[in-house]
Amino acid sequence: MNDRPATARTTYREALRDALREALTRDERVFLMGEDVGRYGGSYAVSKGLLAEFGEERIRDTPLSESAFVGAGIGAALNGMLPIVEVMTVNFSLLALDQIVNNAATLRHMSGGQFNIPLVIRMATGAGRQLAAQHSHSFEGWYAHIPGIRIVTPATLEDARGMLWTALMDPDPVIMFENALLYNLEGDLAAGAGAVDIDHAAVRRPGSDLTLVTYGGSLHKTLQAAEKLAADGISAEVIDLRTLRPLDMKTVLGSLARTHRMVIVDEGWKSGSLAAEIMARAMEEAFYDLDAPIARVCGAEVPIPYPKHLEDAAIPQVATIVECALRTVSHRA
Amino acid sequence: MLDRALAVSLLKDMLRIRRFEEKCAELYSAGKIRGFLHLYIGEEAVAAGALRAFGPEDAILATYREHGHALVRGIPAGAVMAEMYGKVEGCSRGRGGSMHIFDAKTRFYGGNAIVAGGLPLAAGFALADKLMRRPRVTACFFGEGAVAEGEFHESLNLAELWKVPALFLCENNLYAMGTALERSEADTDLCEKARSYKVPARSVDGMDVIAVMEATAQAAAAARAGGGPQFIEFRTYRFRAHSMFDAELYRTKVEVEQWKPRCPILTFTNRLKAEGLIDDPALAAIEADVADEIARAVAFAEAGSWEPVEDLARHVYTERAA
Repeated sequence: MNDRPATARTTYREALRDALREALTRDERVFLMGEDVGRYGGSYAVSKGLLAEFGEERIRDTPLSESAFVGAGIGAALNGMLPIVEVMTVNFSLLALDQIVNNAATLRHMSGGQFNIPLVIRMATGAGRQLAAQHSHSFEGWYAHIPGIRIVTPATLEDARGMLWTALMDPDPVIMFENALLYNLEGDLAAGAGAVDIDHAAVRRPGSDLTLVTYGGSLHKTLQAAEKLAADGISAEVIDLRTLRPLDMKTVLGSLARTHRMVIVDEGWKSGSLAAEIMARAMEEAFYDLDAPIARVCGAEVPIPYPKHLEDAAIPQVATIVECALRTVSHRA
Repeated sequence: MLDRALAVSLLKDMLRIRRFEEKCAELYSAGKIRGFLHLYIGEEAVAAGALRAFGPEDAILATYREHGHALVRGIPAGAVMAEMYGKVEGCSRGRGGSMHIFDAKTRFYGGNAIVAGGLPLAAGFALADKLMRRPRVTACFFGEGAVAEGEFHESLNLAELWKVPALFLCENNLYAMGTALERSEADTDLCEKARSYKVPARSVDGMDVIAVMEATAQAAAAARAGGGPQFIEFRTYRFRAHSMFDAELYRTKVEVEQWKPRCPILTFTNRLKAEGLIDDPALAAIEADVADEIARAVAFAEAGSWEPVEDLARHVYTERAA
């Protein structure tokens, strides 16, 4: 007898596709639209095969008109649908900022609560593939600045499989950021894996000496750093924020209250970053829990360059996380 | 020969807009209405005529110059005026003001103050109706300034590509704030731009409420019958300044005066009189009705209350069970 739950080998990409398939199957109001989601199969092959399965009405290739198709997603959501809009990457989402910021985020509040916008916008994000400055942005933190939208960043197979349905059932617009380096992430996923909550951060590795806070593509680098720290006898707790807005500071500060030291790992630029926000809140709400200044490992303040050695130097790496953690644990007041 | 009841109703709608906005201008000077106030005076025939084409299930999107559309659509004048005051009894709980009139009951979706920002939404509204096989259309009003925005071109292309039942209703009052059409468009033929996306397009006299009504009814019928999106240019003119802050340096008083004889209310009243459909006592009775409606709207707004500050953050997100 084997009483372990049945699991299946899968990838982050396949988990996302299974989530799309489940959503399309469960509710006829769901449809997917975006650049190259149909015939091409998705620029990261996430929606591969779905056109044949669900047809052209529900798997809709769009022109390169980010503002129009994101806005159309908002309009369709206001008019009773549950649209999933794929913007190829966060870089191109800048062309749809008017619709996201001025419409999706504001209409409910500005109308006195008359409308819901049950829309999910998915997009790839992040650097690390030598695509140079215009294809390597990490604007999740930027989007998390905006009240009225919810920001989620699946970093695990479970979240890739489970966040979409919960986000679609949320009555408000949700933007889901998929770090492009994660699509090939492989592992075992429980056979019955399904919807997960999108309200709480998760402790991905328990520890007692310091707290490492991160999300998205940096989670796996941070977990590797924690492993290296463990070899040096340092017990690091790793928190995956999962949702960047609203932030689950309760989980972050609960950890800090135990470890008293914190490092934040965020691929976004340091100035005005999500990492800065977390530091500020920790200072406001947990100042006396701190035994050392909070430190950050962030993106260097440069447009991400093409050559590998420079790109590596521009974003958080396992070695830089370890160094920063060591400085933080060795700090004496 | 016009139907008398219809003609009187159209005239009354135009007068409701005109008198409502004249009162708004007065209330603005009195400090009761703040922020931006964009008056529609001169353009009344467009809202009054066009909105006849739509039923309660259809969706209406408009711009920041939308008081007229809101009134004709059937949002109570009191709720619109209270919105202008910023009172919680306003149709958007006072949170939007003049530029952001919303009303779920009448499917009135604003009130969009980003030029061309409503067009992508309209494409999506119409897509939803098409996907759900509902016999509805979506009407999207915008000014000719929107034609310079990328969202206009993206939306018309997308709407035609997907053959969705959206009406793109362009109110060409010749000025995008202070920039004349010929100073902003290399080609001032707006219908040509729509036709370049294969969207059926026509241009009508926006100062003639009957012409507006008929053109819109035809376009709505075409969209409803599966003909895809439609574009209409209403050639109209704004008699007042762009907003209450506008010194009108970009056009001459002579030009404005030259347009005044084409006032849609004046010309339609004259026509109805000439055709024996209305006389001075009947006109006076309509004016009295309208004055009464507006007086009651102002009283409603005056008697309204301010949303408690504790509610500031309500409705940023949908409230959910704890």
